[in-house]
Amino acid sequence: MAGTLFSILIFPGLLFLCIAGLIFEYVDRKAYARLQNRVGPPWFQPFADFIKLLGKENLMPCAANPTMFNLAPLFAFASVVTVFLYIPLWQTKSSFSFDGDIIMILYLLTIPTLAFFIGGWYSTSLFARLGSVRAVTQLFAYEVPLFMSILASALLADSWSLQKIAVYYAQHPAYCLFNSVGFAITLITLLGKLEKAPFDIPEAETEIVAGPFTEYSGKLLALLRLTIDIEMVAGAALVVAVFFPFALMFSPVVGFIVFLIEVLVVVLLLSLLRTIIARLRIDQMIDFCWKWLVPLALFQLLLNLILKGALS
Amino acid sequence: MHNSDRFKIPLGPQHPALKEPEGFSIALMGEKIMGLDIRLGYNHRGIEKACEERNYLQALYLVERVCGICSHAHATCFIQAVEEIAGVQLPRRAQYIRTLIAELERIHSHLLWLGVAGHEIGFDTLLMYTWRDREIVMDLLALVTGNRVNYGMNTIGGVRRDISPEDIAEILKGVDILEERTKYYIEVATQETSIIQRLSGVGVLTKEEVLRLDAVGPTGRASGVSRDVRRDDPYAAYGEIKFNVITDDHCDVYGRTVVRVKELMESYSIIRQCLKNLPEGPLTVKVPRKIPAGEAISRYEAPRGEDVHYVKSNGGEKPERVKIRAPTLANIQAVKQMLKDRYLADMPIVVAAIDPCFSCTDRVISIAEPKKDNRVISWETLRNYGIDWYTAHGIDFTELNNKFRKKLERV
Amino acid sequence: MRVGKMLHEVLRSLFQKPATNLYPAEKLDMPKNFRGKLFFHPEKCIGCKLCMKDCPSDAITINKVGEKQFEAVFDLSKCLYCAQCVDSCPKKALEATKDVELAQLDIKKLKVVFRANPESSDKNPA
Repeated sequence: MAGTLFSILIFPGLLFLCIAGLIFEYVDRKAYARLQNRVGPPWFQPFADFIKLLGKENLMPCAANPTMFNLAPLFAFASVVTVFLYIPLWQTKSSFSFDGDIIMILYLLTIPTLAFFIGGWYSTSLFARLGSVRAVTQLFAYEVPLFMSILASALLADSWSLQKIAVYYAQHPAYCLFNSVGFAITLITLLGKLEKAPFDIPEAETEIVAGPFTEYSGKLLALLRLTIDIEMVAGAALVVAVFFPFALMFSPVVGFIVFLIEVLVVVLLLSLLRTIIARLRIDQMIDFCWKWLVPLALFQLLLNLILKGALS
Repeated sequence: MHNSDRFKIPLGPQHPALKEPEGFSIALMGEKIMGLDIRLGYNHRGIEKACEERNYLQALYLVERVCGICSHAHATCFIQAVEEIAGVQLPRRAQYIRTLIAELERIHSHLLWLGVAGHEIGFDTLLMYTWRDREIVMDLLALVTGNRVNYGMNTIGGVRRDISPEDIAEILKGVDILEERTKYYIEVATQETSIIQRLSGVGVLTKEEVLRLDAVGPTGRASGVSRDVRRDDPYAAYGEIKFNVITDDHCDVYGRTVVRVKELMESYSIIRQCLKNLPEGPLTVKVPRKIPAGEAISRYEAPRGEDVHYVKSNGGEKPERVKIRAPTLANIQAVKQMLKDRYLADMPIVVAAIDPCFSCTDRVISIAEPKKDNRVISWETLRNYGIDWYTAHGIDFTELNNKFRKKLERV
Repeated sequence: MRVGKMLHEVLRSLFQKPATNLYPAEKLDMPKNFRGKLFFHPEKCIGCKLCMKDCPSDAITINKVGEKQFEAVFDLSKCLYCAQCVDSCPKKALEATKDVELAQLDIKKLKVVFRANPESSDKNPA
């Protein structure tokens, strides 16, 4: 019981995730700045921002629905924290693994977007509503290729359990190469899920201010920002667990370090991608996802089906 | 909002896309723009009126502050009009130095624009890189004129500072680096897929529409209208310098980008010619503090388009009337046309593509009408008002009117 | 057409020194003829007040404090830093310095007085 509580609240749960989220936010911002030939923020900047926001006043539009407005960030936060409990970090056994958990993880990762939609919609601001609608429109475009490419990997491993998938690829590291198309698709769609450039359409600053988050301030905004940071870590961890679970090949401590380095690499790749591409328009984004990513994901699915037959 | 498929969103007066306060009210249907209302007047500073309270030298510094980016444009345009009234022939060295500063300013303005355009389409990397390189030209301007913006280079009858041979070497060095960088930006702007996707086909303004709406500067030249005051009505040293007027026939934001980056290359060539042929001689000619009575219109090709200043003197130390037509005022009408049937996401870049400067543009029109409640003035009232005004000032048109009437009757 | 045209450039900046600097800690120097905060040489002033006449924003006041002794009061909140007064002064009693860090929380500190007798009093209360 105490062990369960520890893993939920301290490690690898809440506390660890909050700190990791803020540290990876720093990594992302610093890398973004260095790629743009800037100095970038000091290491404590995300922590300082977080603490500053906690001390600010919570404002809510008087026409907003208070229940939904206040609950949506909590829902988003809870769901991304839960995701992490199911990802095998350094040991072959993740904290709460069960058969079929990969499906649950993917749906848990969808909840933040829906929560942002609800929060934005019920804050009744025009910019927030436009942003919310864009967030959901975008969801329909990137979710399909993301699911297909991750499930293609699961198909080859012949399991719906993330832990078993990870173990399978740790035993056959060479098979990871078969999933490279899926990996690229996942990285790109992850940018959409995290609402980062070129898919930062829902919160396009120059068009609709901050999208769903326009009306949020103070503690709730701090929570939302932390949620996005943790979502980035969880998303990167999922990519690592599905496509490169090499951490499982080492002893726990070394394995954990390898895992962190892999997550770091994925985060840096995300930063690089958002540095070199301009924001797309929502129609271009949907075109791109359905015309290019979905066929590629289907190809990956087909490839893995054939491979599965050939390898067994 | 629940019941209708159209809703209005306010872009401005305070909005992250706009660097200055300006009201755009957009009627949206989904993501599509169905209508647009532009409202000027959030940033009116009363500069024209304030000029009338100052002597010509003081007014020069005030006019320079009409725009933070094309400050030399406004100052030169104003001073050209004053010098024309005073009948002053500028020393050639001063003309060359004015041209040089004008082109350095164009470089800084166009690089700034490229960065802003990058930011508006969510490509902050381009913003960071162009603004980094823009620092080179800002430093050059600070070196030559003593300030990074509001250069204060003009004075009545010449320029205030000379250019030393060391400065010339520095400028040539800076221009070489900038030319190299600009070539790179031309490649980026014309090759990077996501930029082309966001720019081409956006904000289309055909040649006919440019002529109808009187768009000026790069906005017009990108639609194939070859108009450039520097060539059509040369001022300063432009008459003695060879350069091409860049035009493009894409008619969209992409075309405007191409025109601007190519104009940068022309600017480098103009600067080199200026420095090579810099004549020796004095910097200023003496101009009396009192400017003789008269009026003049002066035109100037600012980075954003044609800038027009009108100055009227009554023979005193202060101008009687100053009228400024900033290029944005000519271009802002075209925005409505450009945004027809476009998406909300195109709005920031289309507005940015005319390189707007709203505080230069802001105007207040007050209607002097005896009956206060009626804001609409009929032609007859206006005519009578004019006749009354002139009669009160001792000018009688009765005789002239009779003459014209007779002429008309004969026809 | 190419996706990621700037890839090469951004990767190269990883190995370059950043173009920005940590401002309050590191400061850049202004060029030699920079038009910053004004400096007044009271011993050179002859009290012609041409600077006052030409100042576009009435930022400068010359007061007579004694026989051939003048003090200057600058209102930095009004000053445009055009340095026209420096050009107008026939005796070069005014000088533009490179000082650009003039922000103040207290508006009173923006009023700078250059006393006629610099040794006896505080030249620059700001």
